[in-house]
Amino acid sequence: MRRVAVAGVGLTGVGEHWERSLADLYVEAAQRAFDDAGTDEIDALYVSNMGSAVLQRQLHLGAMMADALGKRGIASFSVEAASAGGGVAFHEGVRAVASGLCDCVLVGGVEKMSDALPEEVAMTISMAEDQEYVAYTGVTNYGLCALLQRLYMERFGARADEVAMLAVRGHEHAEGCSHAQYPFKISVDRVLASPMEADPVHSLECSGIGDGAAAVLLKPAEEAGEGVEVASTAVASDVFHLTERPNLLTFDAVRLAADKAYKAAGVCTDDVDVLEVHDDTTITGVISIEDLGFVEKGKGAAFVAEGNTARGGRLPTNTFGGLKARGNPLGATGLYQIAEVALQLGWRAGKCQVPEAKVGMAQSLGGLGSTCAVAILRRT
Amino acid sequence: MSVPRYWREIKHRYRLLGERCVSCGAAFFPPRAVCPRCGSKELEEYKLSEKGQVISWTVIRNPPREYEKYAPYVVALVGLDDGVRILSQVVDVEPEEMKTGMRVEATFRRVKEDGDSGIIEYGYKFRPIIE
Repeated sequence: MRRVAVAGVGLTGVGEHWERSLADLYVEAAQRAFDDAGTDEIDALYVSNMGSAVLQRQLHLGAMMADALGKRGIASFSVEAASAGGGVAFHEGVRAVASGLCDCVLVGGVEKMSDALPEEVAMTISMAEDQEYVAYTGVTNYGLCALLQRLYMERFGARADEVAMLAVRGHEHAEGCSHAQYPFKISVDRVLASPMEADPVHSLECSGIGDGAAAVLLKPAEEAGEGVEVASTAVASDVFHLTERPNLLTFDAVRLAADKAYKAAGVCTDDVDVLEVHDDTTITGVISIEDLGFVEKGKGAAFVAEGNTARGGRLPTNTFGGLKARGNPLGATGLYQIAEVALQLGWRAGKCQVPEAKVGMAQSLGGLGSTCAVAILRRT
Repeated sequence: MSVPRYWREIKHRYRLLGERCVSCGAAFFPPRAVCPRCGSKELEEYKLSEKGQVISWTVIRNPPREYEKYAPYVVALVGLDDGVRILSQVVDVEPEEMKTGMRVEATFRRVKEDGDSGIIEYGYKFRPIIE
């Protein structure tokens, strides 16, 4: 297998792009990735998206985006793995270049949530769960997260203000981020005073509704020269129904994917200088940090509250705001995370820069942890 | 929801039927083709316990489409007395009366109406047991 480099990244701002279409956003991110890499000679492209079938009544995004980019004739692939789609598409793109089957691949994710009403967006997100026995109860994604948060707080004695700190840190980090949806600070008191989304999860602990696209260009590391390379990627799945998981507060897919990724990259948790973690709610971020191996089970909320995940802390986490503050355009989210890690390792993160970052990790979840994609990048 | 899909789920939704593995004895819900514990394909229908207790619960305040008129409503993770877990709405209770560990029992209720094909859907929900 060949070593693979992230030769270019391109992002749109996350927000409400009323005047732009799905294809407009994808093309903008792709064009920026081409400009950044200094080439647009791609063999293949991947598009990650979660909700276009419902939100735009649009499918077949692979061919659609190839044409929109003026790349008629290339191989194109649509990838859907709920909000882990970006990470899964990246995994596939990396394999295509590593195997030698492709020499230059564009992996992009796009989502346009502002085209639909909030209840339609809630329905779309709940499509990541079994429709027949889970979504059927009327539970939302945030409702499922809330079941875990109540259990977590009761079992481990974690306080609401400790869990909420992940959102507060994310907002602190987003302050200097030009592509973040909510680039401003919020206090923990304000988070805890916000209305309940699904008790005990407050609305300011949940990612919002936003549009956006993110893309990366992959090339063989030999050709790309020094820069940022992919140390490893891994994808794993977990029991689809939360009710059937032996341990409700452990995301097995995260443990499995992380384990594979650490081994393949030859790194351990202590080597990770910067982490992008999937915090569609604060509790999923906290549980993910634990299951990635950074802190013991049940201690994640305290770990966050003590400042370890701050930019100057032991494990700078969600350094551009995370899903909460940068934004969570579902199918694009995993690629925002990976692009952000690449910016950190290229020492191009501006005000968000973690000094001297050399190894970074991005982790995304599909559904309530039933898919996990992990990528580890390294500065060369 | 389409009529065929509603029809095929009736048995499990109306009668709380899961499955049990003939090889290893694991009981599970919803039904599936392969035992999630031992991989056996020899399964039999199994009537779940209708009573259990609340493991965790939440209140849905911003519901998905088709559930708007019921909000806010309680959804709980229920541990049935036979050890199987089930996700369900809990009715006949105010959110402020909910407690982890509360004893609940299955009841038969309207779930939603005016779906895509205009049918009214029914199924299980749970309610507190009044001792």
